[in-house]
Amino acid sequence: MTESLVDELAPCRARSEPILRPGNTNCGGCGMSIGLNMLSRAVGDTPIQMVIPACCGIVTAGAFPSSAYGAPVVASTFASSAAVATGLAHVARLNGERTRVVCWAGDGGTYDIGLATLSAAAERDEDILYICYDNEIYGNTGGQRSSATPLGAVTTTTPAGKSIGKKDILSILVAHRVPYAASVSLAHPEDALRKLRRGLDTRGFAFLHILSPCPTGWKSEPSEGIELIRLAIRSGLFPVVEFAGSGPPAVAVEPDFSREALARYFELQGRFGKAEIDLDEVAASIRDTWARLGRPMPPGDER
Amino acid sequence: MTVELLSANHSAATAATLAGRANRTGRGFGGGVYPITPQTECIELLCKQEFEKGHVVRVESEHSAMAVCMGFSQAGARSFTASSSNGLAYMVENVFAAGLYRLPIVMMAVNRTLGPPWNIWVDHGDTLLLRDSGWMQLYCEDNQEVLDSILLAYRLAEDPRVLLPAMVCQDAFVLSHTLMQTDVPSQEQVDGFLPPLDLPHRLTDRPVTVGGLDSPHGTEAHRKQHAEAMARVPAVYAECQDAFEEVFGRRPADRVVPYRMEDADVALVSMGTTAATVRVAVDRLREQGVRAGGVRVRMFRPFPERALAEALAGCERVGILDRDISLGHGGVLWSESRGAVPRDALLQGYVLGLGGGDIRPEHIESLFGDLRARDAAAEPEIVEVAG
Ligand SMILES: Cc1ncc(C[n+]2csc(CCOP(=O)(O)OP(=O)(O)O)c2C)c(N)n1
Ligand code: SF4
Repeated sequence: MTESLVDELAPCRARSEPILRPGNTNCGGCGMSIGLNMLSRAVGDTPIQMVIPACCGIVTAGAFPSSAYGAPVVASTFASSAAVATGLAHVARLNGERTRVVCWAGDGGTYDIGLATLSAAAERDEDILYICYDNEIYGNTGGQRSSATPLGAVTTTTPAGKSIGKKDILSILVAHRVPYAASVSLAHPEDALRKLRRGLDTRGFAFLHILSPCPTGWKSEPSEGIELIRLAIRSGLFPVVEFAGSGPPAVAVEPDFSREALARYFELQGRFGKAEIDLDEVAASIRDTWARLGRPMPPGDER
Repeated sequence: MTVELLSANHSAATAATLAGRANRTGRGFGGGVYPITPQTECIELLCKQEFEKGHVVRVESEHSAMAVCMGFSQAGARSFTASSSNGLAYMVENVFAAGLYRLPIVMMAVNRTLGPPWNIWVDHGDTLLLRDSGWMQLYCEDNQEVLDSILLAYRLAEDPRVLLPAMVCQDAFVLSHTLMQTDVPSQEQVDGFLPPLDLPHRLTDRPVTVGGLDSPHGTEAHRKQHAEAMARVPAVYAECQDAFEEVFGRRPADRVVPYRMEDADVALVSMGTTAATVRVAVDRLREQGVRAGGVRVRMFRPFPERALAEALAGCERVGILDRDISLGHGGVLWSESRGAVPRDALLQGYVLGLGGGDIRPEHIESLFGDLRARDAAAEPEIVEVAG
């Protein structure tokens, strides 16, 4: 059951301390930094505890004893964030505390090594908010492929471009019938804030998927991250959707399925330089994705 | 205190339940559990218990079982899990993590052979694999000791001078599935023995990153602190024995348990239930006028080298019995114990009872015979016990 206490966009609840403090080690233009700042605004005065597995997000903190996070954080082993969060959340409930436990994990810790742990926590409907910032690569270890890496992307372990497409993580989580699951656009702050708040206010398991530009891995300009998200959304490549309860998802930002946006999305990123990206093939996969979402594209609507 | 007929698995679950309930005035109790033969009955019994302030989480793997325990413990609750064999092997990464975070989690481990090929019988190789994980390790000889050791382990682990996790190990089937009359203490007694856990480094609202990046020097300092905590264990253990005796009226065994060693000139060192069989053989040999003795290593981490050396002082022939094998270097107990054996003594390692091979008093007697007849030590010998 989803119980949302905040449905409309309320003014920002002030947080005395930002979650991402100065002195962090994120690359310039890192989408994760934007995501953490959004989270900070959404959290307001709700007490939170974060669990961050091995990923760029834990390097962010800097070395002991300093911490660039303005919130208590457990740095967990790579596959374990959802299980460590389970323990923290149980103790908070046992003690009548309203602390919200938030996992902040990369796509490697979510799609790959941590998937069984995540699935089990979702199945148990643990009272946690799990956020995956998806940079489509193993950033921390220098840029290897993950199962979130898209077709054609060059990584250090797919030097000729990845030959298979991206795993549909949101559908996997939705199949668990979690109370709340959504994908988030960092290019639309109102969308991001509303979903982060809803995820924070959900009782039970909430999952958010954030497409997180990574200039280092994507070989893109640090200043163009937001533009890349816009293009991914416009072209239909990244559906910004929300699942709460049964029924079809709500689409927060409608794509216009622009071919031009799609082409531009690939052009702006050096990681797609090697492979011949077949836009027709990508468009077919976008069509398939939207059909699966129950929102079939109108025929011939590929401008 | 009541007397119940319990298997070691049920003794462990009973002790964990009592310890968990004792923290109802603290931040509660919980852990993740996952079944594996021959530990399953322990977690099944735990899952039947009601906790005023506690939850047992049924997870999808041992790796997550320990991760959930870490979450409970980081948040200041008392935590317990149990595993065995390949389950422990699957858990390894998080066993080390729990050690390195210095979380006073207690785990019951049933010693079982690692596979493949699959073999569910006793072998100490699984927990010895974890000897460097920063956990304390206690090996038990009977079911009462399993129950008592779990209670004692919490007191020891949660002592502010220690703050280390503890593993209580017991032999597959020989103990795990064998019923024994067991004294079960009352909740009031356990409440008196285990004050609410007050974890100094538990997660609060304070913005810290626990377990993040560490520099080389930071790591040196942290490992040193960890080693110093290990070094404080013997003294705190002795205090815990006293406190235990005061509350429950019986004294838990020492870290090293000598048997008829006062005047022994030949002795066998062992762990777990093998030590009980050694005692029977020692008695038989004593009847024949042989000055035989036995030494049980009950605590393996921190390793009680000094206490072992004291127990073996004056002994001319020492055999080390390993129910494990460190392929390429004899048995683990043998390689760890060598420094504690008198310099001029003849020291021989024997690996026996692997994969649950039966160890009977007559097998032990023949090893005493071999040890007494030797002119010199040789490489550790793998003893196959047929049938
Ligand atoms: C068990 C284990 N295997 C491998 C690693 C090495 N490792 C650390 S982070 C990482 C990749 C992280 O990728 P992702 O989750 O996508 O996050 P990102 O670094 O891109 O932010 C890997 C492979 C590890 N820490 N633990
Ligand atoms: S490698 Fe990518 S995800 Fe990691 S900090 Fe840099 S930009 Fe951010």
